[in-house]
Amino acid sequence: MQDTKSVGVVTPQYVHIDRPLQLKSGAMLDSYHLVYETYGELNAAKSNAILICHALSGNHHIAGVYADKDKSFGWWDNMVGPGKPVDTKRFFVIGVNNLGGCHGSTGPTSMDSKTGKPYGASFPVVTVEDWVEAQEKLSQHLGITQFAAIIGGSLGGMQAMQWTLDYPEKVRHALVIAAAANLTAQNIAFNDVARQAILTDQEFHGGNYYAYDTLPRRGLRLARMLGHITYLSNDSMAAKFGRSLRKDEFSFDYDVEFEIESYLRYQGDKFTDLFDANSYLLMTKALDYFNPADAYNGDLSAAFRAVKASFLILSFASDWRFSPERSREIVKALLDNNLNVSYAEIASNQGHDSFLMENDHYHELVRAYLNNIAV
Amino acid sequence: MNDTHSLSVVALRPDLAAIAEWIQPGKKVLDLGCGDGSLLRYLRESRNVFGYGVEINDKNLLSCFYNGINVIQNDLESGLSSFESDSFDYVILSQTLQAMRHTEDIIQEMLRVGKQGIVSFPNFGYWRNRLQVVLGRMPISKALPYHWYDTPNIHLCTLNDFEKLCRRCNARIIERRVMSNYSPVHILPNLMGMLAFYRFERSK
Repeated sequence: MQDTKSVGVVTPQYVHIDRPLQLKSGAMLDSYHLVYETYGELNAAKSNAILICHALSGNHHIAGVYADKDKSFGWWDNMVGPGKPVDTKRFFVIGVNNLGGCHGSTGPTSMDSKTGKPYGASFPVVTVEDWVEAQEKLSQHLGITQFAAIIGGSLGGMQAMQWTLDYPEKVRHALVIAAAANLTAQNIAFNDVARQAILTDQEFHGGNYYAYDTLPRRGLRLARMLGHITYLSNDSMAAKFGRSLRKDEFSFDYDVEFEIESYLRYQGDKFTDLFDANSYLLMTKALDYFNPADAYNGDLSAAFRAVKASFLILSFASDWRFSPERSREIVKALLDNNLNVSYAEIASNQGHDSFLMENDHYHELVRAYLNNIAV
Repeated sequence: MNDTHSLSVVALRPDLAAIAEWIQPGKKVLDLGCGDGSLLRYLRESRNVFGYGVEINDKNLLSCFYNGINVIQNDLESGLSSFESDSFDYVILSQTLQAMRHTEDIIQEMLRVGKQGIVSFPNFGYWRNRLQVVLGRMPISKALPYHWYDTPNIHLCTLNDFEKLCRRCNARIIERRVMSNYSPVHILPNLMGMLAFYRFERSK
């Protein structure tokens, strides 16, 4: 039976932007392209557009499936579709792959027209601000002058926040889910261990592994295994794997013994087929650099002074990577500026990844909040 | 929108309407334990009031979302640290005081955050309550609809008790209203009043 709540078969689209993009690092991209998908229809007033920003390893494919691939569901298919919390019968939803990504937008794997080779290590470091700027160019291309909402989880939530800072007139609502106003030292430490795994892989070749027809698989695999641990909670790992063994008894060696080892190695291996190591480096750096309070002596409330959007801030009780306390810091800064804000801490045992999971209360909250947005 | 969530402004509970009468138009309000958010929605729609609710219960929170009000999920027992001093014109605590563990702390926090505090609670001194105690059992009434073993109320008080707490907290009572079956009570309020409403501010 056909799923009536799915957006169905979708096709990615491309836009080439032939204007230079000045990056925060000082580097310049002369031109670039972005790959994106859209679901639902833009209304005549162009007032029903929602941009969904992706997290670390995400991309533009948010909902639906590709024609030639079964089970190629978008990463937020449980949230976006006709009759779903982000209802595509009402909203025109856009997903975009960020600059520096490896799913179609210009990034390290793309051909640098100046050299005729992949950018590789020469692709500049990009920041959340740079992504927002590129996304704004996409919105111009689509004829959207103001978004009904910008939504993002984790690193995507940071982009939603940055939008309200950089383009206060262009965002009516921001839904910032499982995010933080900056990374803690612990977060940065995890990111650096992940990067070191990649950078020290012998196959990395200073980031130009494309030329050697190889991949820093081991490093990327380790990076993903580490990341994956931090996205789950102790409870969810205990419930799913516990101390279960693959065989009946210990083998007293270093092969896969525990189920959790098997799972993490499988996830790590799978990831190396799907993601580019240079993009992983770039994305984790963007996370590390994000800190809107930087320009205001660390005062986040001051950073939000010119913001006009209304906010929904959501956190998950078992998320220790971006804990509820971090979300409350954002709420506090918004309250200090008398902005419209609602905040919920959602009961969940699935850790940081909760924002991607089915959870009735979570989905109802998003549905209810979006219901009240006039389009 | 779901019908059960679209609360008409006319259907505001009489006790909430009594509180709403105290709120000047265009002011900023914090509603502690805001329930489904109907008071804040009423104040916004009828008096152009800007505000936030604080609520801990998931189901109530969702109703607040459907009511389109600003609501922050938080446990009042942990204080109001998200809110700056003097940042609200009114801080409301409607029928929640009696269920709080840190009674004195929340009054102090209300005085810190708001220019005025508004509190309502069931009067334990109401004659029917007194009668039931005299007859040897814990009172059950419209305002106190729980058994002793399943009540969320842990700090019940009379009008006199509350006024004593206000003095202790350096809160000056500006106005008091007492109701019984949603009608105003003027004679022997501590005996005849079922519900008590106080508006107070910091003593100068």
